[in-house]
Amino acid sequence: MSSLASVTASNLRKDIRLEWRSKDAINAMLFFALLVVVIFSFAFDPTAEESRQIVGGLVWVAFLFAAIVALNQAWMRELHNRVLDAYRVSPAPANALFLGKAVGNFLFISVVEGLLVPLFVVFYNLRPVGPAWQLVPVFLLGTWALVVVGTFFAAISLRTRSREVMLPLILFPVSIPAVLAMVEATTMVLTGTDSPQFWITLLLVYDVVFTTVCLLLFETVLHAE
Amino acid sequence: MTAAFQSGRVYAIFGDNGAGKSTLLRVICGLASATAGTVMIYGSRERSAFTSRLGYMGHAPLLYDEMTGLENLRYFAGLYGIGDGARCEQAIAAVGLDPALTRRVGEYSQGMRQRMSLARAAIHDPEILLLDEPFSNLDPGSARAMGQLVAGMRDRGKTILVVTHQAAHLAEIADESLWMSAGRIAAWERGIAAADRSAASAVLS
Repeated sequence: MSSLASVTASNLRKDIRLEWRSKDAINAMLFFALLVVVIFSFAFDPTAEESRQIVGGLVWVAFLFAAIVALNQAWMRELHNRVLDAYRVSPAPANALFLGKAVGNFLFISVVEGLLVPLFVVFYNLRPVGPAWQLVPVFLLGTWALVVVGTFFAAISLRTRSREVMLPLILFPVSIPAVLAMVEATTMVLTGTDSPQFWITLLLVYDVVFTTVCLLLFETVLHAE
Repeated sequence: MTAAFQSGRVYAIFGDNGAGKSTLLRVICGLASATAGTVMIYGSRERSAFTSRLGYMGHAPLLYDEMTGLENLRYFAGLYGIGDGARCEQAIAAVGLDPALTRRVGEYSQGMRQRMSLARAAIHDPEILLLDEPFSNLDPGSARAMGQLVAGMRDRGKTILVVTHQAAHLAEIADESLWMSAGRIAAWERGIAAADRSAASAVLS
């Protein structure tokens, strides 16, 4: 019998291989987020102080919308040639598919974030006033929050006709607490006005709760007709 | 419908479009739920008890276009807890393809895809094989080769249910044939009736 860990690793390897060969998700995310960075910097031309106030929101909105592309793309691969049916008839655990996809999406979005954060710093002349290292847990927990709920809802919207529209419609309302925490924590670190501890804890709780719920429900989603 | 299939036999399933042939296979392998009744395999109604004993070849190839045949097979073998790469190579060779082929499945011909799809369905050496339209879009030579592969599997003791419109390819292989109509079994006979064979042969020739 195939174990959860080995099948999860196998799914992750497969998704990385497919993305490496096609680069569909990363390219689409990169261009979208890049456009947001450039257009907003021209539109507002903010001072350093103004940048610290708005970039927390701007950066997460850019990554949230960009992530939608990757999340849809990840499941579309499973629909092509009906490959998902081969997984459904196998004895492999459903959660291994979910975890493999979620970790894969986390890596792809992290790559895009890693490439674009320096651009945000340059274009918006950012100098964090608070301790910059606190941005690391904010980005890790925030990205996982987007990915875990997004991967789950993308699987739900997979069989709907307007899945590109459906995913943001059902994802954004559920993501509001996480987005609020990400934006507040990022802004606090950049402006140094307050400790982001509360918002980081909120993100952690959000991640634990929604990861658990998604794992509990994913088998039902996978085998739904 | 009520039906019992005996092990080690090849069943050809015919019927018009929409008769329920593919749905029957999907219900058996758990991809669709029966509106009423149950599926019992080797005495168990619990799907988890028999998933490893079933192999399903769908109408679509159920393969990743961006990966090679061997990469596909290694991935799907892993879902059944098989980590033996040599076994995947043997499975590819068994369907008449070259395991060293570096072309991606998206670049395969239809015949090669069908063979690889059969290798995927049989990678875990299941006792029961459900084949949905294995001869569709194949040229006569490839269809004959596919028929020989099915016959070889039958000779190794597999129970095989084949949904097809092309009776001639199963004429020498099928032990029994079912005709479905509107979700019901309209006829069930030994082998494939000569009339059906000749009609199908005429179409093929």
